[in-house]
Parts: sequence; structure tokens; C-alpha cells
Amino acid sequence: MKCDRCDNDATVHEVTVRSGVKVEKHLCEACAAGEGIAGASLGELLTKFMTQDAEVGAKPKHVHKPRIAACPGCGFTFDQFRQAGLLGCPACYKAFEALLTPLIERAHEGATQHAGKVPKRIAARAAGREDEAATEAALARAQIRERQERLKVLQRQLDEAVRGEQYELAARLRDQIRKVDITIIPKPKGVQERSEP
Amino acid sequence: MVNRPDNPAPPPGGQPDPAAGFAVTEWLSDSGGSSDVVISSRVRLARNLAGHPFVHKATRDEREAVLQTCRDWILSTKLSERIMWVDLHESPAIERNLLVERHLISKQHAKGKPAPTAGTPVAAAEEPRGVAISIPDERLSIMVNEEDHLRVQMIRAGLALDACWEAASAIDDKIEAGLDYAFSPKFGYLTACPTNVGTGMRMSVMLHLPALKITGDIDKVKRAATDMNLAVRGFFGEGSDAVGDLYQISNQTTLGKPEGAILTDLQDAIIPEVVQYERVARRNLLGKRRVALEDQVYRALGCLRHARMIGADEAMQLLSLVRLGVVLGLIDEVNAKAASLLWLLVQPAHLQRVVGRDLDQEHRRIERATLIRDRLRGT
Repeated sequence: MKCDRCDNDATVHEVTVRSGVKVEKHLCEACAAGEGIAGASLGELLTKFMTQDAEVGAKPKHVHKPRIAACPGCGFTFDQFRQAGLLGCPACYKAFEALLTPLIERAHEGATQHAGKVPKRIAARAAGREDEAATEAALARAQIRERQERLKVLQRQLDEAVRGEQYELAARLRDQIRKVDITIIPKPKGVQERSEP
Repeated sequence: MVNRPDNPAPPPGGQPDPAAGFAVTEWLSDSGGSSDVVISSRVRLARNLAGHPFVHKATRDEREAVLQTCRDWILSTKLSERIMWVDLHESPAIERNLLVERHLISKQHAKGKPAPTAGTPVAAAEEPRGVAISIPDERLSIMVNEEDHLRVQMIRAGLALDACWEAASAIDDKIEAGLDYAFSPKFGYLTACPTNVGTGMRMSVMLHLPALKITGDIDKVKRAATDMNLAVRGFFGEGSDAVGDLYQISNQTTLGKPEGAILTDLQDAIIPEVVQYERVARRNLLGKRRVALEDQVYRALGCLRHARMIGADEAMQLLSLVRLGVVLGLIDEVNAKAASLLWLLVQPAHLQRVVGRDLDQEHRRIERATLIRDRLRGT
């Protein structure tokens, strides 16, 4: 996670609740120190704990651990996973993805991406989406071709009108050509543009 | 055929009829590729249903619902010629242990997993779970509500990982046609434990490596396997000792490599190398220490033929040497199949099934020795 204020990694996390509104801050140590939240290193903290007697009465400054939300699917927390060694439900993979990925990487020789069998239903669904996308792309290509044809015809008529010194007609044709030109057909999502012959 | 409480069917291995003997489970039939060293091959696939909590997090009602959904689909789909279903939470402990010894369910599945509300072993044993088994070959077993909702296992004799994978994948397709699996394009098949995520596949081969044990080279095999991210386990899998010089080698990595790549690595490269290593060790023992080897083998046979009390582990160890002697042609009065079958029959649940009654430990030792003497009598 990046620091809220700069590009460094956020190492200090603070959650405050004021009149029912939760405010989260994720800062790097330098920015945190600037904000006066907690610039203390681990060493300093330990020293503080050891010499707490001297600090009695001083207002304690809270350093919050990174707050990890529970899985929306089953309510399992990452700490519970750590204890059980097992996740709570399939949705936990998404909920804890950032925390799980390094563990998964270690367990699987650095791999973080599945390569192998895919359930037929899911493969079929993906193929269905591809079909849909391919259809959209074909439609778009047909529209482009049609537009090009129309432009060619208009251009020929314009040339003839100019040659025949029919300037009024030429002006109308020019306007039509402009209209066609600016009617850009939107590229369908997820379809790579292919060069037309 | 369906084994429901209201319709009890014979358990795997047939009826307790000591005269007729036990049906040999296929994977112990001493057949298939490289059967001098490779006892069996196994592929298991871990699968979970989408939209349901994993088993350990689920309440009893949720487990019951998953069990029913899976059972209904498994029994209504033609997965095999004959399928037997066992509701494990309604089966006596000896039946469950019999299935463990036949490698059809895990020890964990026999015990049952405590639900958040079921803290005691008795309550754990009553947690809703089951297993479907293809009979009479017992090649296919599908555990429901083990660590994952479904664990599909395919087991064959000898080196046959390819056949196991093909068959398991076909069963997987049939199950998936009716049940929605938890799957993510990134992490693959989603499993309760992230160490199984991806293919959810574990391929393992059970090897008989007595010569490497005698020469001490088994440690080299173990180290090499660990370096290649393979697990080396004992006869009963996770956490079990390698009794009877039986070792299971299996892949640990399940993410990032397709099933075919794991299959090729094991079946065409790693396992043949270990098999070759064991064969060379056997030849060397025969060539350089023949008399010492014969002595070990015949002492083992003598002990098995004359002992009056014997424990399961000791029996397995001696049977290992006898099998080695048979395979090397040092003993011709016993066949390898008989020795392999005894590996199974000396296990507590099988022994009690053969004898036909519950036995305490001392009586098990006595009956075990009797059974072995009967079976190894100069035939």
C-alpha cells in the first residue's frame, strides 16, 4: 500500500472514528512523523516500553496495526486464517488477496497464476463472452466498410459536381461528407482494433 | 448399488468370510507398469462448491446441505458401473478404519473434523460426511466434506498416473456438469488450504524401496525429492512412517503448472529414475551381498511362518523383505501378490474383519500371527 501523501510504502496506519465517521490514514514513516502521528521506529517503541515508568502520565500515542477487514463472504478474518491454516470460504481468496499472494507464492515455487484445467462451465462462459466480442467486432467492421463505401460515393459525386461547376450541390455534398466523417463508430470494449485491408 | 442405512450393502472387500478370503483391492494387485517397485499410482483432485463456506467453517446444517447436494448428484450421475455410498457419520469405527486401510478415505475423514460446535471426538465422528466408492474395483473414491467439499481419488496398480489422471478428470467433468465449483481464473480451483489451490491436484506413487533402505541410499532419494519440491510420505500418507519400506512420492506444488506437466515430470522422469535406482541397488545386493541378503529374506520368512504374536509394523517390515525375496527370485514358494495382500490383512481393521470380531491389542497380535502363518504355509 502506498503512502497517502507520497510514493513511499505506507507503514503507519491510523484509524479514527469521529462522531461515527471512520477516517483511515495510511502514511510512510516520514509523512507520519510530519503529521505527528507516530514517527517512532520499533527500537524507539521498545525503549519507550522499557522506560515506561519515566513516561507515566504522558498521553500515549496509538500506533494501529494494519486493519484487515473480515471476508464479506463468511466473516473470517486473516488472523483466524493464520490460526486455522485454512480459509473460511472461496470468497476469502479475493478478500485477502494482497495478504495471501506472498504466502501462495512461497508455497508454489513463486507461482501466483493458475495454469491448468478450467471447469467446462467457466471455459464455456468465457468462450461465450469471446463469441459476443467477436460478433461486436464483426459488426463494427461491417459498419466501417459501409461508411467507407458511402464516403467513396459521396466523394465521386462531389468531384463530378465540382467538375460540372454545380457549386451549390458540391457544398451540400461536402457537408454530408463531413457528417459521415465525424460519425465515429465506437470501438467495442475488449476488442483489439484490426487493420482493414 | 447404494449403501444407505436402510439398505446395507456389503462393505468393500466383501463379506467377512475368512474362508473365501478378502477381495483384493485393485491397487494391491501387483500388476501394472514397474510393479516390481511401484505398488500403486494415485491422483486426487480437491474441489469445493461455489457460494458455500469451506467444511471447517461450516455449521452442521451447512455441512449437511453440502453433503446432500453432493450425494444426490454423485448417485444420480453415472460415474461408474456400480457406486457404493457410505454415510460415514452413521458408520461404526471399524467400517471407517477398514476404508482407511484400503486407502479409500483419509484418517482425518474417518475421525471426522470438529465443527465450531463439535469439540469432542464423538461429536466430530458424527459430523455429516461421506464417501462414494466404485465397486468392485475400488479405483474411484469421492470423499465429501473432508477438508474440501469434494476430494476425487483415482487409484491404480503399478505406474499408471496417466490413466489415473484421465479417469479422475473425466469424473471431475461429470461432477462439474451438475455442481458449480469454486474457481478463480487467477488462483484456479479454490481450496480450503492455499497449499492445494490451483489444480487442486495431488499425484502420488507408492514405491517399495527395500534395497535403498538396506543400502542407506533412501536418504539421498528423500533429499533429492525434497529439492524438487516433492513430498515423501509413508504408507498411510501425511504424518505416517514408511513402514514396510513403502514410500509415497507426490507433488507439492499445485499452482502455476498444468496437470500434464506435473504428470510428465513424475511419470516420465522422476519416478522411473527412482525405480531404476532401486533396481540397481537390488542388483548390487544380489551381486555383492547375496548370502547376507538371502539370510535377511529367509529370516523374515521364517519369523513370519513361526511367530505366535506379532505387531502390524513388524509384520509389514518382514513382509517387505519377503516380497523383495520373491521379486528377486530368491524365494519361489510364496508369490508377490500374497505378500502384498498381507500388507493389507495385517492392519487392525482388516484383521478384525477376517477374524469376525473385535479384538484387543494382545489378541490382535495373536490372531495376526495365526493369519500370517496360515497364508504363508509352504504353498
